[in-house]
Amino acid sequence: MADRSAVAVSLPPHRMVRRSFMRRLLERRSTVALLMCSPLFLLIAGLVVYPAFYALYLAMLNRRMTQFVGLDNFAFLLKRDTFRLVIFQSCLFAVSSVVLKSFLGFVLAHLMSNIPSGRQRIWRGLLLVPWVIPLALSTLGWWWLFDPSYSAFNYLLNALGIASVPWLGVAWPARLCMITVNVWFGTSFFMIMYLAALKSVPEQLYEAAAIDGAGTFQKMFYVTVPMIRNVISVTVLYSLIVTFANFDIVRILTNGGPESKTHVFATYAFQVGIQSGDIPLGASVSLFMFPLLAVFAYFVLRNVTRRGKEMTV
Amino acid sequence: MSINKVTRRKALKLGVAASVLPLVHIRTAGAAGQVSIALWDHWVGQGNDVMKKQIAAFAEKNKVEVKADLIPSASGQILMVENAEAQAKAGHDIYALSVWEAHNHVDDLEPVDDVVGRLIAKYGKTNDAVEYLCKVKGHWLAVPSSSGTQTKGPEGRISILRDAAGLDVVKMFPGSGTTCPGLDAWTWDAHLKAAEACAKVGKNFGIGLGTTSDSVDFAGSLFAAYGAELVNAKGDITVRSDAVREVLEYAQRLVKLLPKDAVSYDDASNNRALISGQSALIFNPPSPWAVALKDAPAVAADTWHFPAPAGPKGRFLPYLPYMWGIWKFAKNKTAAKELLEYLMQRENVEARENATIGFDIPPFVSMLDFKIWETAEPPKGTLWNYPNHPWHKQVAHIAAMPAPPEIAVQIYNQGTMPTMFAKLLSGQSVNDVMAWAENELESFKRA
Repeated sequence: MADRSAVAVSLPPHRMVRRSFMRRLLERRSTVALLMCSPLFLLIAGLVVYPAFYALYLAMLNRRMTQFVGLDNFAFLLKRDTFRLVIFQSCLFAVSSVVLKSFLGFVLAHLMSNIPSGRQRIWRGLLLVPWVIPLALSTLGWWWLFDPSYSAFNYLLNALGIASVPWLGVAWPARLCMITVNVWFGTSFFMIMYLAALKSVPEQLYEAAAIDGAGTFQKMFYVTVPMIRNVISVTVLYSLIVTFANFDIVRILTNGGPESKTHVFATYAFQVGIQSGDIPLGASVSLFMFPLLAVFAYFVLRNVTRRGKEMTV
Repeated sequence: MSINKVTRRKALKLGVAASVLPLVHIRTAGAAGQVSIALWDHWVGQGNDVMKKQIAAFAEKNKVEVKADLIPSASGQILMVENAEAQAKAGHDIYALSVWEAHNHVDDLEPVDDVVGRLIAKYGKTNDAVEYLCKVKGHWLAVPSSSGTQTKGPEGRISILRDAAGLDVVKMFPGSGTTCPGLDAWTWDAHLKAAEACAKVGKNFGIGLGTTSDSVDFAGSLFAAYGAELVNAKGDITVRSDAVREVLEYAQRLVKLLPKDAVSYDDASNNRALISGQSALIFNPPSPWAVALKDAPAVAADTWHFPAPAGPKGRFLPYLPYMWGIWKFAKNKTAAKELLEYLMQRENVEARENATIGFDIPPFVSMLDFKIWETAEPPKGTLWNYPNHPWHKQVAHIAAMPAPPEIAVQIYNQGTMPTMFAKLLSGQSVNDVMAWAENELESFKRA
């Protein structure tokens, strides 16, 4: 301590002020936290913020990327029949997949929570398998099952005397196949999130509800759902964003066919932007849902925060 | 003791010397620096091994350090890396470009008129499709390559076509010599009759109606044979023409004879259909035959390659070229040009040809006399008619040609032609299909 003051006295007054200011700054926990987080901020800036703004910039250029065209690319897309079909297909794919995943995940989580903890671990592990296998790989497995020429499903149908189904060759069966694969892949994620949330619901609430004469469904709707509503909201939001951005399933199963009736934003953006050499239009396709999803995310997260505050009060 | 001082003047001189190094290209150890090349990952035969040896020999001879990367085309990987490099203005010096990519990167590619000029002077003309795809506004923007370049003529089962359809393709298109006795009779009408006969015995022609290149190339060949253009060379939409109607009316009959799952075919589906013995004929390079040599030898021994059918306007062979472009941002353009010229020398092209069992098609007509196509077997001579020989009287063609390439690339990559056929299969009328195509084509004209 004595040494420190001695040094301070020996410095000119303006250096003293600067030094003590720097020292104070470094001694503040928030400064240290900021410094420690700075690598993360740099990563986010480099890998998220910059690409996002660059994509936005690209989406506002003409085909040759020589001229700024504002929102013309978006207006152009909206006039195209094929793109309107892409919007319909993307919404159908994402919304129905998320609804099904959420419902099945909810049911599975409840079934799982009733299994004694020792065995639960095995079942939990087994049900997580689809989620941990790389999606491209598992979709390839599904594609073999649906394969136009050698479908294992058709083999079974034929054995039962039923005619083959062109699973990926007709629009609606192909859409159904895509949704099925997505649900198969993503249900585990919902299940694990809901299971974790269920474990956090105090047992006393169920006991109190039982004393009040609540049945199984009443417990579920008046105790479980309100208590895990935040988890449901965040999980649905996250899954919706990821499902809207899905590429692997459509690319592997149908490549957008038949007749472009199964394209989603990502595969259409790839076809238009990378394969057809129109990167600005491809960027516009991929950014198309961004404003809608951003507004949706804002409201969901605002409600989550609000409910979080209500619960702590 | 003398100390060598590096003065500012000396450093400046060294800097200038270093900057012009690629231009003077001093042939001493390491003097010519480095050059990097991204190659298409060739999956047929031993193509990659021979390519690597040739590159190593070039590096040794010219004292250049060459870095070669093999990039697969599966799932569009080669396209994605290419676009990333073009955006970042950094990456390899030379890049293997597929069909339309020279036109997609007009502003990013270094003209190679000097290299191609010397190659043409030595080996003669390339075909028109190569010129259409590699040359922009009078300048060669890419060196046409043999590696990965393919034609997609018919590849059929000798016994099935003979027994079911009465076509003796071996006699019609012999495995050696310069005549094809069956050429004149091999028309799209004959093709339709054969498809019908083979469908009756459950061996449907394995022709896809998807949006991948095999489906597109087949459709392009059919359109061209009837003189049907969706967009003409001036960029006008010409879909409502008698020729297009004629093609669609033909396709209306053909699509009913194709496999039920034809609309979901990708580029592997037709290969599997032939190898498994389910199909009598597909349009493809000889890769399924090469696979069948190991996996289904009986099928391979019963497979024959022959020219495309002819229509009222001629015989058009689907042609899918690869080319090598040098990025404008390349660090060693001189060495890059020398490497490409070296790789396209006849002896090198032939060595790679032998390693790929005749899969690659050289862009120069004078190189179509390599022995491999005559000697490859079984059956002997199966590949003799795979390249586009002058006596086949067929035009090497890329679907959507002669539309302006910036429109053609979209017609091609979005599979407009096979999708028109798929719509016919789903029951839409010719007029509906034409109206749909017109609407699509309008959007492709975006500047």
